[in-house]
Amino acid sequence: MKAAAALLTGALALSLTACGGDDDKSGGDKSTGPKESGSALTLPELNGTTLEVAAVWTGPEQANFKKVLAEFEKRTGAKVTFVPAQDPIINFLGSKIAGGQPPDVAMLPQPGAIKQAVDKKWAKPLGAEALKELRKNYSQGWQDIGKVGGEQYGVYYKAANKSLVWYNATVFENAGASEPGTWDELLSTAQTVYDSGVTPFSIPGADGWPLTDWFENVYLSQAGPEKYDQLAKHEIKWTDPTVKEALTTLAEIWGKKDYVAGGADGALQTQFPNSVTQTFTGGDQPKAAMVYEGDFVQVNIAQTDAKIGTDAKVFPFPKVGDTAPVVSGGDAAVVLKDSEGAQALATFLASPDAAEIQAKLGGYLSPNKNVDVSVYPNDVQRTIAKALIAAGDDFRFDMSDQAPQAFGGTPGKGEWKDLQDFLKNPSDVAGIQKKLESDAAAAYGN
Amino acid sequence: MQSATGAAKAPRHRSVTGTRKTVAALFLLPALVLLGALVVYPIGYSVVRSFYDQSGDGFAGVDNYQALFTDDGIRTALKNNVIWVVFAPTVATALGLIFAVLTERVRWGTAFKLVVFMPMAISMLAAGIIFRLVYDQDPDKGVANAVWVGVHDTFAESSAFPKAHPGRKSPLVAENGGFVTGATVRAGDPVALPLVGVAPDQLPDGAKRAVAARAEPGKVTGTTWQDFTRGKGVGTLGAPDPDELGYAGMRIEAVEDGKVVASTKASADGTFTLPASADGARLRLPASNFTEPYNGLDWLGPSLVTPAIIGSYIWMWAGFAMVLIAAGLAGMPRELLEAARVDGANEWQVFRRVTVPLLAPVLAVVAVTLMINVLKVFDLVFIIAPGSSQDDANVLALELYRKGFAEDQPGVASAIAVFLLLLVIPVMWFNVRRLRREVRR
Repeated sequence: MKAAAALLTGALALSLTACGGDDDKSGGDKSTGPKESGSALTLPELNGTTLEVAAVWTGPEQANFKKVLAEFEKRTGAKVTFVPAQDPIINFLGSKIAGGQPPDVAMLPQPGAIKQAVDKKWAKPLGAEALKELRKNYSQGWQDIGKVGGEQYGVYYKAANKSLVWYNATVFENAGASEPGTWDELLSTAQTVYDSGVTPFSIPGADGWPLTDWFENVYLSQAGPEKYDQLAKHEIKWTDPTVKEALTTLAEIWGKKDYVAGGADGALQTQFPNSVTQTFTGGDQPKAAMVYEGDFVQVNIAQTDAKIGTDAKVFPFPKVGDTAPVVSGGDAAVVLKDSEGAQALATFLASPDAAEIQAKLGGYLSPNKNVDVSVYPNDVQRTIAKALIAAGDDFRFDMSDQAPQAFGGTPGKGEWKDLQDFLKNPSDVAGIQKKLESDAAAAYGN
Repeated sequence: MQSATGAAKAPRHRSVTGTRKTVAALFLLPALVLLGALVVYPIGYSVVRSFYDQSGDGFAGVDNYQALFTDDGIRTALKNNVIWVVFAPTVATALGLIFAVLTERVRWGTAFKLVVFMPMAISMLAAGIIFRLVYDQDPDKGVANAVWVGVHDTFAESSAFPKAHPGRKSPLVAENGGFVTGATVRAGDPVALPLVGVAPDQLPDGAKRAVAARAEPGKVTGTTWQDFTRGKGVGTLGAPDPDELGYAGMRIEAVEDGKVVASTKASADGTFTLPASADGARLRLPASNFTEPYNGLDWLGPSLVTPAIIGSYIWMWAGFAMVLIAAGLAGMPRELLEAARVDGANEWQVFRRVTVPLLAPVLAVVAVTLMINVLKVFDLVFIIAPGSSQDDANVLALELYRKGFAEDQPGVASAIAVFLLLLVIPVMWFNVRRLRREVRR
């Protein structure tokens, strides 16, 4: 039944885009031509169609995404409205759907959310045109995390490389420190920086999610991808010895009051944007030398005077075990109202054309392998993008994003809260493990 | 005659204004429909929903209400709500009373009232953002800590070398917050006391390049300095490199059997000289050299967050209390005050025995209104408390939101809503009764 429906919608989309394509040529003359060069993407004529796109993005991220939507409007004639949603977006969508007004397309930041949307029969499978575009541009790994039960629902429009440590180049130079490649080297770099008179790390403990990302990198590298996948599905317990080892390793940094800007109490009141800006302001004497987080840190660095690539540099998260971790995140476009317009927008978002617009504006990474890396605004971003594409299918998706919302995505609850408690009291590894396990058990329902 | 009897009969079917019941009902209908749709139906539905499980399909009985009293988060919320209801209205009313009574007596009373009332013009959200900044941990940003640290530092000065610590292979070991040499020192044998962790621009202004101390017969000499060259690392361990600076003003004590036998301060180049009595003692850099700069209070930490948010609430609502009480005060019979004064009562007695009892009804109304307001407090807590202490600052309305919209537990959220309603009812009932009595009077 489902397959038949998918086939039908697919055929429908095909025939519609086929006739839409002709219109596009005639209409294309009116709109600006130069953008269309080199792209084989054909989008249907959608004059008079209105679409709604829901996403949790704010600030520059939202502004940049709106430019992508504007390009879609220009090419198709459709009118696209951006609906600002709040975290957790799945509950936001729930109330929208209960009210009979679902947005046409939603950008879901977690694979868990896509699964929930499918289970609740909100999400609609991708049409043939969007699938074609997706298969052409995405590696198998990125396609697979958008699938539920073998059916393709999500287009990963935006990716995040969450295995990066950003550092203040001046501080490293003053301290004579070098970029570490292993955890032990990271510790000795931290000591050198500390000896030079600067606190090594800035940790945004007021937000829970950067803490989960710290843990995930250590765990992925130390315990390996297999255990990582098992823990993500809660097939092994949080009281597992591997978790103990990872937390103990983490405590080698979190547990040293002098290694964390403001100490544990100060860190617990530092929010993510502030943790970045305090690392890159203050000349020779910033509040901290290093801040760990994904590529999106650049957006916040841009708010300081530091220049990315010269004042603010980056190194990959050091390997704790045998291989360096690559933890990624991303937002997938999911169609909620199966219409020609929504499918066309999904197709557009799967194309390099859309990705390149936002890539140019910075603070954005695309998992699309056909995006020309030269469009990224600086070398740092280009390197990160290349690394992400080069990782192929060897990356692991953010664990807390795979977990149920109540455990991995709620402020002041579950993993977020437990790791905040751990940051406050890093000696109590066993106690935190027990707390994590009981919270996880409640959220996963097993 | 006919018409007169008709008019006399009419009141049995018609009201004084001559409207029929159906007409009255017709006029009431829009209001009833609106009230029904917007107030009664949601309340009823919430009550019903609170007996169903998470998905809304299965009847859950009183499970959701059971969760209300077993869930840790809700219990903290309940406890905090009690704190709120006890303190916020009383303090706001008390402050309002004081302001009202005092402003009556000053010439610029109206201007003063205007200023106190001003915060009422700000939305809760904006006030929350303002106070988030006020309570910022960093004294350079948060005004609360700026004042606190300013006061603290006038009494206790911070030291020059807060983060200094022994580097690799240092002869010093940590002891009671200070550092002490592992071995005893000998006269005529210069000592090196290297530390790291102080950036050059943080050293005291007079610090000069460190030099190795010369041996002086009969005296203990040595150098204490920052054994770290900017941009080059430690260089030669345990000996001053050309660009390394001395710890000017570092206090050094010679300790023998736990007793200080001699002490001195390092000069600008880090060198120091101790008399012969220090021979055979251990050298100690006492903890007073390394006290951390005072960082102020952890306003938004787990223990202070609720009082801090209550403070911001009072900032907003004291003005409201003041205006209402001032209105009551204006309507008070002056002659009673005059009479009391003529009878020889002092101002405090007048205030305590006449003003306050006469104002009691107004004070009660203000306190009760604030109580209702406080029971549903949400925005200030939601905005001011950082994620890490939101649990500790939790109140019922916030927990309702979190359960309903973040955790997808509409059943439990509805139960909280019903519980909140039950809490408000006695206060409402009290207010309604008051109002009736007032009307009767």
